Amino acid sequence: MEIIMAFVIGFLFMAAVYLMLSRSLLRIIIGTGLLSHGAHLLILTMGGLGGSAPPVLADGVEDFADPLPQALILTAIVISFGVTAFFLVLAYRSYQELNTDDISEMKGGDEEDE
Amino acid sequence: MAQLLYIFIPMLAAVLLPFLYKYIKSIHTGWFVLAVPATLVAIYITYIGAVARGEVFTATMNWIPSLAINFTSYLDGLSLLFSLLITGIGSLVVLYSIFYLDKEKEQLHNFYIYLLLFMSAMLGVVQSDHLISLYFFWELTSISSFLLIGYWFTRDGSRFGALKSMMITVGGGLFMLGGFILLSIMGDTYSIRELIAQAPELVNHEYFTWALVLVLLGAFTKSAQFPFYIWLPDAMEAPTPVSAYLHSATMVKAGIYLVARLTPIFAMSEIWVWLVSGIGLLTLFWGSFFAVKQTDLKGILAFSTVSQLGLIMSLLGASAVAFHVTNAEDTIFKFAAYAAIFHLINHATFKGSLFMIAGIVDHETGTRDIRKLGGLMSVMPLSFTVAAIGSFSMAGLPPFNGFLSKEMFLTAMLALKDFELFNFDTWGILFPVVAWIASVFTFVYSFYFVFYTFVKKREAQLPTNVHEAPIGMLISPIILATFVVTIFFIPNVIGDLFVKPAVIAIQPFLYSSPGEVKIAVTAWHGFNTELFMTIGVVMFGLLLFMTVKRWQKLYALQPEFLSLNRAYDGMMLGLDVGANRFSKLYMTNSMRSYLIYMFSAISVIVIGTLLFKGAFTMSFEGTAPIRAYELILLVVLVTGVITTLIAKSRLTAIIGLGSVGYTVALFFVIFNAPDLALTQLVIETISVALFLLAFYHLPPLTKVNERMRFQVNRAVVSIAVGAMVTILALSAQSQKVFPSISKYYEETVATLAGGGNIVNVILVDYRGFDTLFEIAVLGIAGMGIFAMIKLRLTKKENINENK
Repeated sequence: MEIIMAFVIGFLFMAAVYLMLSRSLLRIIIGTGLLSHGAHLLILTMGGLGGSAPPVLADGVEDFADPLPQALILTAIVISFGVTAFFLVLAYRSYQELNTDDISEMKGGDEEDE
Repeated sequence: MAQLLYIFIPMLAAVLLPFLYKYIKSIHTGWFVLAVPATLVAIYITYIGAVARGEVFTATMNWIPSLAINFTSYLDGLSLLFSLLITGIGSLVVLYSIFYLDKEKEQLHNFYIYLLLFMSAMLGVVQSDHLISLYFFWELTSISSFLLIGYWFTRDGSRFGALKSMMITVGGGLFMLGGFILLSIMGDTYSIRELIAQAPELVNHEYFTWALVLVLLGAFTKSAQFPFYIWLPDAMEAPTPVSAYLHSATMVKAGIYLVARLTPIFAMSEIWVWLVSGIGLLTLFWGSFFAVKQTDLKGILAFSTVSQLGLIMSLLGASAVAFHVTNAEDTIFKFAAYAAIFHLINHATFKGSLFMIAGIVDHETGTRDIRKLGGLMSVMPLSFTVAAIGSFSMAGLPPFNGFLSKEMFLTAMLALKDFELFNFDTWGILFPVVAWIASVFTFVYSFYFVFYTFVKKREAQLPTNVHEAPIGMLISPIILATFVVTIFFIPNVIGDLFVKPAVIAIQPFLYSSPGEVKIAVTAWHGFNTELFMTIGVVMFGLLLFMTVKRWQKLYALQPEFLSLNRAYDGMMLGLDVGANRFSKLYMTNSMRSYLIYMFSAISVIVIGTLLFKGAFTMSFEGTAPIRAYELILLVVLVTGVITTLIAKSRLTAIIGLGSVGYTVALFFVIFNAPDLALTQLVIETISVALFLLAFYHLPPLTKVNERMRFQVNRAVVSIAVGAMVTILALSAQSQKVFPSISKYYEETVATLAGGGNIVNVILVDYRGFDTLFEIAVLGIAGMGIFAMIKLRLTKKENINENK
């Protein structure tokens, strides 16, 4: 299972990077969303997908799933939500101010400073 | 230990200066500063007796012990001589500057802090035994020189000169550092003394020539040798006390010091002998020839300094010859090192006094242009006397010290033509010939300097009512001029006290104590070739000097674009423009380009490391079984991703992303992670709601025509990142080097934390702070969002426009 997962995760990352390199702000944000999903699955997979029971102490259960990746992912899910929310508002506000959602039109630089 | 402290005394004193400057306004700050070098002179004088007997003093303090870097103060004849010059001339210069710099108008605290910084740095250079700390002090002298040249920073010339000197000397210093590191690799030590002890083995090392050339680049740039001398004339923008101190007596002699100090290591090399003596001789001629062209008093002195530094350098080159002849102590080459050190002392005395006189002339008349000056002898008799003494000594006339060292120089150059190694038997004849021609020009510019300033009839009207300088300003040059005359009469006292101990450091294999250097200097040594050469110099020199106005026009023949200065300017401009263009090539101001750089870099680095280190493995061992509903979920997941990729409308893309999120949640359910599944479900729902909200406000996705090349790059980079992650995941899965630390949590969760849900306990108990900061991150994001929504940039601008 882990082998198949590795390829699926690679595919997720690929799609995420491809979207992040596009011009539209919305696509970029969707890209970051996919990237975090990919990262979560990657952490889970690297910890091993074995284990027959959730990591909760109970009588007679010995074979837990690894709790550590789960703890990491739990934190990551929340943080990625924060980032996504921030990005969305940023996109919304910059569209309002600049009247474009095309990232290549938003570049600033030396020319404007002069 | 105290010996090391002396090096840092000026630097420590500098800390107090701003307070003295601020609170004691009535006294010129220079008086406080004067105490520092004066004390140090007194301290170093106490060493003279012991060092003259051949003793050496060392003190060490660790600086970076883990890298074997330390401060080692090593006082032998050579170091002590330089230390005395630095503090002695330093005292005189500070005294002079008190009258030169006005206490009302000038930023005195800046000036003296730079000067004290330089003093510490210079003492460090000449006393360091450790190559790295030597380099450290070396660059510190460059920096303080930069600050001092740029002291009047509102002038364009000052800034230009400061930058030029820094570029050249610091650049040379970097080469030198390379040479030092090679030396340390060769000898497995940074200590100069230990390297000298290994000198016979080092010669055969493959890095030897590289180290030699790199170290010489450092020395030549610092000591203004051809073709690097161009920074020195521009450095004359500095206040005159600085020119007298740094740019004639001390800093420019750091290169000389380095060559002298490292002679025992490198002298066995033919390249060393040729480079040091040849470049020295070329510089001697070049400087003296172009000195006559100058119209600025300090310009003449700058070129004459270049020329005299070349003279000392060529003598050091000749002294290296002594390492190649048998019975060196009987041959004439033993003179060379003695002459080099002796001339170094003499040069410091007469050139220091001349610079101070140039400053006095500038101070009293308001100009340094020799074409406007003249006839000052009657109004400034004392200055004239000092200038005449200095100039005649520089020209090599008796009864001044310059005569003695110039005779020895000619002796050494004459001897080179009889040297039979390294093709010197064919080319060696050039040395006395060029030396003689250079001496003629030296004679001309010395006379030009003093007679055109003080004796010739003045053509232009001077703006101010000229009178003799205040006595305080004259004290220092008069003291130096006294030395010029005194040394002529007691050369052997100076020789025994200072020169011989220093010679030991240059030629350690010839002598074991200063007493063994059996050289006596005499003013009169019969009718020999040297004397006839000197008579020739005086005759031709006088002839050329009388006609100087007629042939000076010839200098105009040199086309401007062929000069070294033009080459420097072109190089600097080219570097500037080139670097700018190069940056513009990749700094496109486009976020997408930068993302591409980052993603490609990380893919290349990770994949490269995995492949080169052989870390990539793939193993099917210990994998979980594949179940049917997992496969179904995977299909859904991939379909969701593809949907977002190819979606034409916003809604489809958002739904695609949502489906991916919910599938991930289902994966968490399957893989026994109920907490994750719960969280993911909640978060995903809120996210989709947010996306839909954004969908409402954001414009529709438009079909944009991307440039083909970018599309290809984008695809390649995405695939590379995907491949990298897959490879990484496979390798990580296939090799478990360490056992999981989760066992610890599983075993202790009940006893230590009293909980059953291991994931929750980890988050709130074991890693409680992480969770706290996570909440903080969310809070910050929330504040950011709030601020962004409230922020109204456009409106603000409108208000401004209305005004």
